[in-house]
Amino acid sequence: MINGKTTFLNEVASIPACDKINECVQCGVCSGSCTTAEHWEYPPRKIIAMVRAGMKDEVLNSNSIWYCVSCYLCTARCPRNIKPANIMHALEAIALKEGYKPPTKTTTMYRSFANSIEKNGRIYEFGFMLDYFFKTNPFAALKMLPLALSLLTHKRMPLLPKSVKGKDQLNKIFHNITTGGSR
Amino acid sequence: MKYYAYYPGCSMEATGAPVEKAIHAIAKPLDIELMELEDWTCCGSSPFSGVDKVKAMAITARVLAQAEKTGLDLVTPCSSCYTILREANELMKEDHKLAWQVHEALVSVGLSYNGTVNIRHIVEVIYNDVGLEALAAKVKRPLTGLKVACYHGCQQVRPDYGFDDSELPNWLDNIAKSLGAEPVNFPLKARCCGSSLVISETGMAIDLIHKLLQNAQDNGAQCVLSTTCPLCHTALDAYQSQVNSRFKTKYNLPVLAVSQFIAIALGLDEKAAALDYNVVSPKKLLAPYFSGKASLAKAESAT
Repeated sequence: MINGKTTFLNEVASIPACDKINECVQCGVCSGSCTTAEHWEYPPRKIIAMVRAGMKDEVLNSNSIWYCVSCYLCTARCPRNIKPANIMHALEAIALKEGYKPPTKTTTMYRSFANSIEKNGRIYEFGFMLDYFFKTNPFAALKMLPLALSLLTHKRMPLLPKSVKGKDQLNKIFHNITTGGSR
Repeated sequence: MKYYAYYPGCSMEATGAPVEKAIHAIAKPLDIELMELEDWTCCGSSPFSGVDKVKAMAITARVLAQAEKTGLDLVTPCSSCYTILREANELMKEDHKLAWQVHEALVSVGLSYNGTVNIRHIVEVIYNDVGLEALAAKVKRPLTGLKVACYHGCQQVRPDYGFDDSELPNWLDNIAKSLGAEPVNFPLKARCCGSSLVISETGMAIDLIHKLLQNAQDNGAQCVLSTTCPLCHTALDAYQSQVNSRFKTKYNLPVLAVSQFIAIALGLDEKAAALDYNVVSPKKLLAPYFSGKASLAKAESAT
């Protein structure tokens, strides 16, 4: 908590790895380093400024943060060590949890990814992709067909998931976190 | 023989097959024993942090708890797993609230984690524990004259965990040299391939992959020597045809994981090096080395 108030800034700062957001000096190294900055409506530096200005809806309705490819160039270079990549993922998580609908398919992809882990214990790549395309645009899957076939013929795309015993344990861990063992 | 706990990561069971098969093939000749964690589960990777950070760290901690029981260093070949495992390890030491939440969740299933696991990338193990001199001494099929672009990728060196340089690393270049190959200048060697969003932002990722292939080829590389990250390898190898159809290019650049490269240099056969699993076939490029013509050519040019 910062100043004891539950503001958008406090909400972000309370997420693990995001506590240094207030130490940002707005130098712009993150935006200048970002691999995909050209796609962002508000580049990383601006997103951080907007979070601190309390512009929650503007930040979470924008597709900007969803372009983060987790390359950590911003984080390796940040002179204040505020971990911008972690902040972007924290914002994504808030957007998903609070039902924002930014114009991006990455929200669906992340959900399919997380579902695949909860269901199988491990990422089952073929099933995860099918789930994603089914929920977004099944016709787009046709474009991916040649790629899927070449991976299949090179024995790199098993069609069935592996049975992992640890998934039950994993789901108990999820359940414990969801029900808030300590909160 | 050195022993390690081994965490392959989910992609190694599918798209990362060539990288993984070659890793197992080179382990014994390099005197390392990789003992796969029993019944391991996903590390959560970066997408899970975009869904729920605490849950993400808790599932990473399950892997760490399993590894801690072995008392061995935990080795992973996947750069994404490497970064997430290290991040969870550090965050739980810094953030006590997170550590407590994760601890309670682990205890509920009879596990615990005390923060003692040393997490290592397999490239770093090959570089530091096996060592370049020992590696060079084991070479039976030198890849003399082969011009390679050494692709380190992003998460192997970032955020900065002290593994090589985070902007312009050169460990893979040094490994390539000790196998006889010639690394070319490759300024984009630690730039991201966009793999984490290749499913939902395909166009954006294809653009990044195109830049990497272009940079490698423009600098005279005959092939790419990629890190063991299955995401990097798949992006550059399997998505090459998509780059070609989108940019009207004709890239036919074989992408060999460093594990495959080492397998070939150690004199192992095509099957051990898993060359059949590569989408862009490296067989034509490597044929002179398998028939011994390359070493003959070298001997002739030397005399």
